[in-house]
Amino acid sequence: MLHFLQQLGSSTRTSFAKLGRATFFLGHTLTGVVDVAIRPRLLLNQLHSVGVLTFLIITISGLFVGMVLGLQGYNILSDFGSEEALGIMVAASLVRELGPVVTALLFAGRAGSALTAEIGLMKATEQLSGMEMMAVDPVNRIVSPRFFAGFLSMPLLAALFSMVGILGGHMVGVGLLGVDDGSYWSQMQVNLDFYDDIVNGVIKSMVFGFAVTWIALFEGYDAVPTAEGVSRATTRTVVNSAFAILGLDFILTAMMFGDI
Amino acid sequence: MQHTRTQDTLVGLFVAAGIVALFFLSLQVSNIRSFMPADTYVITARFSNSGGLKVKSPVSVAGVRIGRVSNIYIDKETYESVIEMSIESKYDTLPEDTSATIYTAGLLGEQYINLDPGGSFDYLKNGGRIEITQSAIVLEEIIGRFLFQKAEE
Repeated sequence: MLHFLQQLGSSTRTSFAKLGRATFFLGHTLTGVVDVAIRPRLLLNQLHSVGVLTFLIITISGLFVGMVLGLQGYNILSDFGSEEALGIMVAASLVRELGPVVTALLFAGRAGSALTAEIGLMKATEQLSGMEMMAVDPVNRIVSPRFFAGFLSMPLLAALFSMVGILGGHMVGVGLLGVDDGSYWSQMQVNLDFYDDIVNGVIKSMVFGFAVTWIALFEGYDAVPTAEGVSRATTRTVVNSAFAILGLDFILTAMMFGDI
Repeated sequence: MQHTRTQDTLVGLFVAAGIVALFFLSLQVSNIRSFMPADTYVITARFSNSGGLKVKSPVSVAGVRIGRVSNIYIDKETYESVIEMSIESKYDTLPEDTSATIYTAGLLGEQYINLDPGGSFDYLKNGGRIEITQSAIVLEEIIGRFLFQKAEE
């Protein structure tokens, strides 16, 4: 009994300590905005590895998600004789939900895990300590550019995902299944609101980008500096990011669309 | 940092593609004009039943949208539904004896207000009120009446 209580106490303490470290780490990372402003090259390099290299998986997934939405939506809507509503169905589900959420999940898998492994390995090979020895702040120099790159890339990637998905739905719906081209677009334009749908979708993707990059960088920075520690940290990044994305998505959706 | 120039180009392409996507979403997918606050004036109409009308439902004349429903509330004394409509200022020549009807777009589509201009030379101004209204058609009511008639025969 006593043993159980001890364990409960220690696990509570460790998780709160981790939360505290993560918060201080975030604060420290945000001060790196000065470093990034002085050396935009750092940010550019990271935009390349975080954004550009994720571009392909995002566009291909977006295309297929949109095509599947077009196909499934057509099958259901044609039962009610309302195939013209295909455009709004595809666009609303992409812009409001699938765009930000699926992009964030792919982003966590593709870019988040890479960030954790990179930072974790830098720690394991004592590169971070080396920088500290040279009086260079490793958080500001290494972590901050990656953080801002992730935060900036996510909304762009999510917008790309939605756009490619809508075009994919158009390809299947209009090109293959014969939905009218004009009603595909006009239903969308009439029913989607710029502020309610597009801006809220962008806000969602920014929140997800913030959360995923923060988790990935912190797990890497906080990893046990061994091969096993880095591998565990990478796993934790993907798992925790997925939880964070889906949990935050519910909260954001409730606030934006749910009248709660 | 050997391929700096290619890297620059790729990052530039990526950012440009992202911005294009954002523009595409705002211009092609959503109706951005409805977001821009155009000059509007408000008129009200009272209905005994406003059916499934919602805030932001369209208000149209002869099939052309000239405004939106901006507020719906119930009059506590008369139990009528009061609809406030914001009409774009460029359509400021609605006669005072205009009548308002709630229609449904298609059989199951959303409901909208259709304004039928009258012949008066005095125009509705901000805060004006449409006197002649016809309520929403509630499908259940019609079916109920029809069944009742059939039963009587």
